Amino acid sequence: MKAGSNRIEAVVTDVVAVNELVKRFHFERPDGGILPTFSGGAHIVVEMRDDGRTRLNPYSLMSSPLDTRDYTISVRRDDVGRGGSLFMHSRVKPGQSMVISNPVNLFSLDLRAKKHLMIAGGIGITPFVAQTSQLAGEGGNFELHYSCRSDALATYADVLKQRHGRRIHVYRDDHDEKLDLPRLLAGQPLGTHLYVCGPAGMITWVRNTAAAAGWPAETVHYEHFAAPQPGKPFDVTLAVSGIGIRVGEHESLLEAIEAAGLDPPYLCRGGVCGQCETNVISSDGKFLHNDHWLSEEEHRSGCKIMPCVSRFEGKSLVLER
Amino acid sequence: MAMLSRPVYGILSPQTGKNHLLIADAEGAAAILDLAKKTSPDFFAAAEVMFVPGPDGGKYVEALKALVPGRLYEGPSIAAAMPRLRQIFGAAHMGLRLYVAGTESLIGQVVQAASEAGIEHASIQTEHRGSWARRVQCVHCKGITENVTTQPVKCSHCGLLLLVRDHYSRRYAAFQGVCINAEDPSEIPPTEEMFR
Amino acid sequence: MGINFKKETFRDDYSFKNSPEQVRRFPFPFHEDGYMYSVNIEPHVGGRTGTVFEHLFDVDEHYVSEMQDRAMVLAEDPLRCQSLPHMTLAGWDTLELLMTEKAKSYPEHFSLTRDGDKWHWINRPLGIDDHFTFGDTSTLPYGPLEYITRQSQGDFAVLDQRDNNLWMDAGIVTTQADWSLDFDIGMNFFEWHAPVPLAHELGIFTRALKFLMAMQQGQPARRLNWTMTINPRLDTSPENFHKWGTDRATVTPENVGQKVHLRVEVQMFFRLPRSNALLFPIRCYLIKMDELVSSAKWGRRFHRVLRDLPDELAEYKGLVRYRPTVVEWLSKRDDGKPTSSGYGPD
Repeated sequence: MKAGSNRIEAVVTDVVAVNELVKRFHFERPDGGILPTFSGGAHIVVEMRDDGRTRLNPYSLMSSPLDTRDYTISVRRDDVGRGGSLFMHSRVKPGQSMVISNPVNLFSLDLRAKKHLMIAGGIGITPFVAQTSQLAGEGGNFELHYSCRSDALATYADVLKQRHGRRIHVYRDDHDEKLDLPRLLAGQPLGTHLYVCGPAGMITWVRNTAAAAGWPAETVHYEHFAAPQPGKPFDVTLAVSGIGIRVGEHESLLEAIEAAGLDPPYLCRGGVCGQCETNVISSDGKFLHNDHWLSEEEHRSGCKIMPCVSRFEGKSLVLER
Repeated sequence: MAMLSRPVYGILSPQTGKNHLLIADAEGAAAILDLAKKTSPDFFAAAEVMFVPGPDGGKYVEALKALVPGRLYEGPSIAAAMPRLRQIFGAAHMGLRLYVAGTESLIGQVVQAASEAGIEHASIQTEHRGSWARRVQCVHCKGITENVTTQPVKCSHCGLLLLVRDHYSRRYAAFQGVCINAEDPSEIPPTEEMFR
Repeated sequence: MGINFKKETFRDDYSFKNSPEQVRRFPFPFHEDGYMYSVNIEPHVGGRTGTVFEHLFDVDEHYVSEMQDRAMVLAEDPLRCQSLPHMTLAGWDTLELLMTEKAKSYPEHFSLTRDGDKWHWINRPLGIDDHFTFGDTSTLPYGPLEYITRQSQGDFAVLDQRDNNLWMDAGIVTTQADWSLDFDIGMNFFEWHAPVPLAHELGIFTRALKFLMAMQQGQPARRLNWTMTINPRLDTSPENFHKWGTDRATVTPENVGQKVHLRVEVQMFFRLPRSNALLFPIRCYLIKMDELVSSAKWGRRFHRVLRDLPDELAEYKGLVRYRPTVVEWLSKRDDGKPTSSGYGPD
């Protein structure tokens, strides 16, 4: 049985420029029926048909899990990435039909928590928009600390403050406001769980600071999707199917495998969930591992690769696919 | 294969944290003294030690005092120590690290109270010292029989003859006891000392 | 049309029996003449008419009587239904799933009307007609999990997903094959399976856990498990083992056909949407040996499976005391002919 294949036909009902970098997209069912219920922290995978290529990018749902008449996601424009965000920003218009996946949650709240402490950076705010709605609806105990560059780029800070008042704390770089994390962590009651979503450097900082303050790993949760990086094209032999493929500069290995007609399982397409893990039969060259799933030892062994985010440079690569 | 529902006990080792709570009964004190050989000089200043010496543990009290912990409590029984423990948990902040050493019964009951207070059981340092006597919950009447050393054992509440299964519940801090002769009550298997 | 609900008992005088139609739709669990553990998980999709898999949640002729038996078990022992405090949301998820599916599959028996969070539920076979507010526990006579599972055949475990594991943090268990919810609640996937022999060594649970953790909503899965029960008793709980254990010594060559039952569990897995928990319904079907051998293929095959079952599994399933008697009885109904592949009765 394959994960990741449940698709939903949707219509883009609205596209809103939130600020100079972020656009928000609203999806509904063509017949206006309700979409599947989801839990705060869930993402959907959006299919982008871009001149014969199909890109599948994950985005956190930010609408309220209590109201699924529509789904909303926010996309930050990345001018140097592989083009997924640029496609969303420049090509997706209201009225357009698109295919999205069922929601999947790899960043779910630990509902045993006596308190939920959330740390967001930049566009990492989106899963927390949904999670705070869910918690507020149940009378949950939460607090959100949100770092951003400036008022102009404080995406959704106004909405969140309006909804949740003093539970929301905003720190603006251009005002030299900085989250005093060690102090914040020291004051939390026993049973608090910590959640962080934002740039990789911020996630590392929060995890390290929490570990140094004696927070057990089980209480620290992070959303750490890696975006597939562009790179030099490379050739791969898929031994089970007996075909050879070429992975283009702006294409991921997983996308190239799919373009060849194969259907490997996936959930996150960001190097986190482990579903697309693939055995290497032989290789002559260098792996560029970008995932958070395999251990360092597995990375060094050259026996496994996560095709959603990792690449290869060298003479030959044979995979068990 | 090791029993998968049974807790794995280790050897106490110092954890990164703001405060430390160390709890021991009887021979468990020796585990705290061994831990003290591995800690940084300021470790015990930020620590509270709770000790239930029982009949044989009195010899460790002076050595524990010599560690100069921030607070030292000495109590007559595990049950007597529990209200204090719950009060500490209720007022504590994240960054408190928990260490438990001694009998399986003590470890089980402290882990149980800690879990209720929101401490991840996997983050608790545990070390077994002393008796392997088990707490056993009778699956039939739900009563708990303490200090079980034999297989089978008679339930101290309902009197059924129980097979002590290698199946452990953290929530009850007890092993499961199931009637050993339910299929034929006239069969009375011999009783053997098993858990010492 | 609709289902002809029977009035029968699963205790005392044991008047339970299957109609010929119910025998034909029995979920016989052996696709070949032998049995060993396997992950054997398949997509749980409805549609095959005339089978118990026609709808996602099967309701059959035993529904009303099974629900009466459940109410009796809960009255004796309320610990059979428990939910740790963080699992209430998963309880509402379960209620929504069961009500929605029942109303869709059996509109003549169940109906659900939703107006925002104001819900109206009618269960005609059990004579229930309730208005309540979805999400507000104070508007129901029980917690959401207990309320809806008092109206749904089979046991239900609700598994919280965190720290790369599944945790049995809520459930209702009154028709179980010898495990105690009260004891196992709060355990993780490996802990509650600890007493199962052989499967750990085969790596079954590691693979199953990986699969289950990746399950998505809208894509439920199922697998079959089986054991045997003497007398058609639903509540074969460890709690009451000292009351029903003696039944195992009462099997004689004369009473095998009526007393000995094959007990099949259809285990299902659903991702729950709000809580991200996993719902694990365990639906039990009983069939008497006399009913089973009305299909020559099933009789032959079950004889071979039971005869060749490894001793560890026979011990774990509690069959040791009466297995020889049943194998002997079945051997007289096995003509040695080959069986066709597949589960069906031919």
